Amino acid sequence: MSSILATNLPSVLQEESSAKGEPPPGRPAGGSALVDALFRHVTRLAALLVFSVLAAILFSLLVGSGQSITRFGLAFLFNPEWDPVKEEFGALVPIVGTLATAAIAMIIAVPVSFGIALFLTELSPPWLKRPLGTAIELLAAIPSIIYGMWGLFVFAPLFMEHVQPLFVATLGKLPLIGVLFAGPPIGIGIFTAGLILSIMVIPFIASVMRDVFDLVPPMLKESAYALGGTTWEVMWKVVLPYTKVGVIGGIMLGLGRALGETMAVTFVIGNAHRLSGSLFAPGNSIASALANEFTEAVGELYSSALIELGLVLFLITSIVLALSKIMLMQLAKQEGTRS
Amino acid sequence: MAELNLDIAPKIKVNDLNFYYGAFKALKSVSLDIPEKKVTAFIGPSGCGKSTLLRTFNRMFELYPDQRAEGEIIMDGENLLTSKRDVGLIRAEIGMVFQKPTPFPMSIYDNIAFGVRLFENLSRSAMEDRVESALTKSALWKEVKDKLHQSGNGLSGGQQQRLCIARAIAIKPKVLLMDEPCSALDPISTGFIEELIGELKKDYTVVIVTHNMQQAARASDFTAYMYLGDLIELGKTDDIFFRPKDKRTEDYITGRFG
Repeated sequence: MSSILATNLPSVLQEESSAKGEPPPGRPAGGSALVDALFRHVTRLAALLVFSVLAAILFSLLVGSGQSITRFGLAFLFNPEWDPVKEEFGALVPIVGTLATAAIAMIIAVPVSFGIALFLTELSPPWLKRPLGTAIELLAAIPSIIYGMWGLFVFAPLFMEHVQPLFVATLGKLPLIGVLFAGPPIGIGIFTAGLILSIMVIPFIASVMRDVFDLVPPMLKESAYALGGTTWEVMWKVVLPYTKVGVIGGIMLGLGRALGETMAVTFVIGNAHRLSGSLFAPGNSIASALANEFTEAVGELYSSALIELGLVLFLITSIVLALSKIMLMQLAKQEGTRS
Repeated sequence: MAELNLDIAPKIKVNDLNFYYGAFKALKSVSLDIPEKKVTAFIGPSGCGKSTLLRTFNRMFELYPDQRAEGEIIMDGENLLTSKRDVGLIRAEIGMVFQKPTPFPMSIYDNIAFGVRLFENLSRSAMEDRVESALTKSALWKEVKDKLHQSGNGLSGGQQQRLCIARAIAIKPKVLLMDEPCSALDPISTGFIEELIGELKKDYTVVIVTHNMQQAARASDFTAYMYLGDLIELGKTDDIFFRPKDKRTEDYITGRFG
């Protein structure tokens, strides 16, 4: 930080003075300006690299999926058929699976993460803070394949025997939402994938939330407590609005991971190209379809359709990012314009 | 130790108060009376315990696990330190303003309404009246009445501090604690706040901690001088500044140390 300032500042002065034709006193003319120009171009190159990589990926996805796009058009997005034999491909099942698993993961992970962060910053006794914080970070360090294996061999059987029948017998009987929890309990499926994903994204969201809650000035919290607020009121009405940018950033980080997660989901989602109303039925996500099928994709159209799936995933994450920006702008409006 | 032989009833009576930060004893058997509807200033060098004393009145220290207070703080016949009442209700009776303005990240209107909503379920028009009267009392109404729904962060520092005062008095406290309320403000805003303090004592018992002796002399009726956790002297502000009884008070007032 300070070194950047040190190299930047004098050069500005130098440019000004060299414009007048006088070299600044006590500095070799030219030398530092050259270094600085070099520095500026290198950083600019690094910044431009972002755009070029983005453009290159988008370009190759578009080229690769060209055959599939011309063949199926927009109907690709709404067609539930995925039949490599008849060469008919539609992305509806993996799109629904991706969105449904990510939604389940978020519905579970966001409140739990908020609770973890709230406990760590406000309620935890000091001796517990560090071990608990470290444990959460360790959870984030577990490779996703471990989650997948654990999900398939440990969690899914337990879920099938003990939890699913309970859901089917209770929520499954309700009108309207009952269909979501219907069907035979087989352990793997959309719901299980969402649950595993939620465990995987909790550490990300919780640690971001904890970090931003820690940055809230103690005096701001004390002001809310001084008005007679309870811990909940202070957190919910003052700390959360104060940290909303960071909190939404953390949630988006988790959502991005949930949408793109491949290995763990592949293990537990069931990999069935079938559309079902039940969350307990096996389904497919874009990422796991790609992981499973690329090696066995024969024929150009098949490969092209898979690449188009990748393009769709790319678009979904872009839309999610855009929505989060819009959401932040709306929140800023609610807070009142700054005069 | 420091009882005022005056005809003014004390609003708060502190008896033998000791305060600890972990093992460190920050207040040593402090006893004093805070007169009702007057301004009482706590002065003294940094670390003397004046802010610590102020923060015991609304039990703010309880937010931090290693801080504790022993003794009595009697208000309206009740020891606030051992009261079984919800601490939120006690804090609602004892408002507080901090060293720096701390507007909440919401509109000016909601900043005021926030505290009121915690305790009362007012109709829309009653809430509007309450907001207006709190802002009027804190001399801010004229400046913000056309932008009540803009962010409180858009105000100047002095305006933000008056917003915080309005927020504190909107819930109708009996006592108003001010912890160096002008330390982050320019002289003009400081003058505004001091003038406001003079107005506020008509309705509230005001206790102010200040580093600025001139401020204590200008704005307060009573002054308590503290040093290293001891209450050295409490008296009418004029007496403390012109006729201090204790040598240590005199040394501090005359600028011989501190």
